[in-house]
Amino acid sequence: MSNSLHDLDEADVFLVTGSNTTEAHPIIGMQIWQAVRHKNKKLIVIDPRKIELTKYAAMHLRQRPGTDVAVFNGLARVIMEEGLADLDFIKDRTEGFEEAKEVIMKYTPEVVEKISGIPKEQLIEAARIYGKAERASIYWAMGSTQHINGVRGVHSIVNLAMLTGNIGKPGTGVNPLRGQNNVQGACDMGCLPNQFPGYKPVNVPENVERVEKVWGVKVPAKPGLTLTEMVNSMGKEGGIKGLYIMGENPMMSDPDLNHAKESFDSLEFLVVQDIFLTETAELAHVVLPATSFAEKEGTFTNTERRIQRVKKAVNPPGEAWEDTKIICALSKEMGYPMEYPSASKVMDELASVTPIYECVSYEYLDKGIAVHWPCNSCSIDRTSCGTLIMGTPVLHEEKFTRGAGKFMAFEFQPSTEWPDDEYPLILTTGRNLWHWHGGSQTRKVSSLNERSPEPYMELNAADAKKMGIRDSEEVRVSSRRGEITLKAVVSDRPTPGVVFIPWHYKEAAANILTINALDPQAKIPEYKVCSVKVEKTGGGQKEANRYSHYPG
Amino acid sequence: MGKLNIKINGKDFEAEEGSTILDVARANGIHIPTLCHHPQLSIHGGCRICMVEVKGLPKPVTSCTTPVTKDMDVQTDTPVVIKQRETVLELLLSDHPLECPICDAAGQCKLQDLTHEYKIKGNRFNGEKRKVPVEEVNPFIRRDYQRCIQCGRCTRVCDEVRGIGAIQFANRGFNTKVSTAGDKVLDCIFCGSCIQQCPVGALTEKPSKFKYRPWETKQVETTCGYCGVGCSLTLHVKKNEIVRVTSREDGTLNKGNLCVKGRYGYEFVHSDKRLTKPLIRKNGVLTPSSWEEALSYTARKFKEIKQRYGPDSLGGFSSAKCTNEENYLFQKFVRINFETNNLDHCARL
Repeated sequence: MSNSLHDLDEADVFLVTGSNTTEAHPIIGMQIWQAVRHKNKKLIVIDPRKIELTKYAAMHLRQRPGTDVAVFNGLARVIMEEGLADLDFIKDRTEGFEEAKEVIMKYTPEVVEKISGIPKEQLIEAARIYGKAERASIYWAMGSTQHINGVRGVHSIVNLAMLTGNIGKPGTGVNPLRGQNNVQGACDMGCLPNQFPGYKPVNVPENVERVEKVWGVKVPAKPGLTLTEMVNSMGKEGGIKGLYIMGENPMMSDPDLNHAKESFDSLEFLVVQDIFLTETAELAHVVLPATSFAEKEGTFTNTERRIQRVKKAVNPPGEAWEDTKIICALSKEMGYPMEYPSASKVMDELASVTPIYECVSYEYLDKGIAVHWPCNSCSIDRTSCGTLIMGTPVLHEEKFTRGAGKFMAFEFQPSTEWPDDEYPLILTTGRNLWHWHGGSQTRKVSSLNERSPEPYMELNAADAKKMGIRDSEEVRVSSRRGEITLKAVVSDRPTPGVVFIPWHYKEAAANILTINALDPQAKIPEYKVCSVKVEKTGGGQKEANRYSHYPG
Repeated sequence: MGKLNIKINGKDFEAEEGSTILDVARANGIHIPTLCHHPQLSIHGGCRICMVEVKGLPKPVTSCTTPVTKDMDVQTDTPVVIKQRETVLELLLSDHPLECPICDAAGQCKLQDLTHEYKIKGNRFNGEKRKVPVEEVNPFIRRDYQRCIQCGRCTRVCDEVRGIGAIQFANRGFNTKVSTAGDKVLDCIFCGSCIQQCPVGALTEKPSKFKYRPWETKQVETTCGYCGVGCSLTLHVKKNEIVRVTSREDGTLNKGNLCVKGRYGYEFVHSDKRLTKPLIRKNGVLTPSSWEEALSYTARKFKEIKQRYGPDSLGGFSSAKCTNEENYLFQKFVRINFETNNLDHCARL
């Protein structure tokens, strides 16, 4: 997030897109609701599904899945046409505006309506609300990014913020909501094929020198493969032969699981370090028992770049070891001994090679100070609510990290797979409130499992009627890649022609159906659009489960 | 907002215009008991335990609802208000089951604390008690409204803070109770904010029932391991087992509020499906081994593959679940030992 939760409610208008915030980031969903209810702020939701947020949104724009680029170009065009652009901001702080304008101007409300299905009046009205706001912030999540044009979608969102000068001030900004507790931190730490810690490209000699000086050995400067590329390379000439996985379960989270299984099966050697025998660990040659969040010391970095302490509460079971201990012991066996007396010492070392963490240390974190990276000064401020803050809660205040903010506008590009006679529906996947990710943790919590015990698919009532499918009836959903059987929940949440399946349930893993098509830049899979067909199994109506999705 | 001066118990204090007597007292460390008041909620003024005397006013007033005025002279502990508080407590206890030995709130119950503080013995109002059945249908919240003192904090937090409005007062007088629409079984987002607000044992965590007494636990402050919001958790631990999760209100981004996963999603830590020994695949079967064997075998295999196919035949997936420290060491391990940048994690998934 370019901004922080400290200043969230200073926005006058919230634009939320591709995020079912209430269920996937409940506390941020709650804060947005509070701003709308108690402070009279306006909310615009751009999302194909009816979600909890849409109940109190001033406007809900329901685009066809995968058409975000056109929608955001369209919003930008209306803002320009109506004289709502912040020309001073564009002149002083950005570049590339004229080139971008050429693309954006093609997206008239009529063109956008044709592509996205959003009535042009709604698009114009939403653009006016966002464009006229004194301060407006945009929030998004994987609904915007998990497309083959995910990067382009994000650029078109960012264009909108720059066009209106909604960046660098409290209550504004471009705010992607990170889905996992420490996905921000894992990126910060350089668990990426092209970047060392602190987003320093591996092919820049100065960056190589920085880590080599601290680590005392040579490191490779050639960028590596992303996760999805590694999986695709397995079993092929020159591909990955040996893999070390720590705390990840790609056999639930990868697209097109049947293909993924073939890939993992072709490995000569697979090591999985985890707390459970996950679907991936079952395929491993060696499984190393590790620790949960409650069994170790460390830090997580949240979606607002705030670094927070994780503390040991209980001992690990049996002979499970802390992950740091396993890595160090294995490194010693490999010929590079690593030893750290405490997690705090690891932080001290990583802060020395990660410029954005320069002043981060347990000394400050343990005092309960809100430390947001980039943190290059140890000075401590106090917010109006009395919270002590270190670092940078709001990014890009004076200038952008790269200097001038660059407008990048793109043409709309259709998704890889589109409904046809054989597979007439669009499948989009996501989360619900009750479970998390591949479910290896929450499916082992009896209370959560009781509340949401089984897989289901949300089906629009009009589609259900056409197919003669009743609520709670068992259906078979198939794509070109595989099929699953689960229960249909008939509702008005998805738009007609679209079905939604939460991907937490291994007994009907949604990723058996998803397509292994990647954004060319980010290599993110297109989880949000693929085509499927739905058929009755003849298994009949199962006992109605009033507990399948969000209450109300 | 201007400032004005008031006197509490004979001492002078500066106060913000618009603040209440309770605000000023709390800000200056003066104890006034409350049950229905909470700084995150709208003012209710219902429990009448926070009565104080103000010079010039004919009767005691509730300090939580009374704004300060210029030169106000407040007394917080006069015999009159103490008598009133004792009466309020007697009235509450007259309709409260004294089952403290089996109540999860025992030891952290405000009614219990105040009964002790005001030395309430006996009860002038003993008589018929309400009969409200305990509801334990849902897996998360045990609702025992017989213990309810009708402070309304649960209904206000549900409505004003969480925006759900799943519960509200129903009926009148002696029959007043907290209820769902149509008195149906509770189905809400089960965030548990109502439990955290409940000053007595009317609302408790069902999975924690009979698992602990508050004084047997140690509390560990940590960060939630689910989504990227990063809520602060307080883990209550008894004998190496997490028995309850709450959250601090001060200095945290979530101000004491959690979602159902944050509050209840800890059971997996103690699952009997946890891995407890290294496993090595032998004759196609994953077989328990020693750490020594697992580590040396793993290192040998990785070295062999690197030698045979080159460094870029190896790769590592780290985890967005793991800590910064673990991720830092993992990438360092891969870059140094595998000599490749084939390194990624689940950020895209």
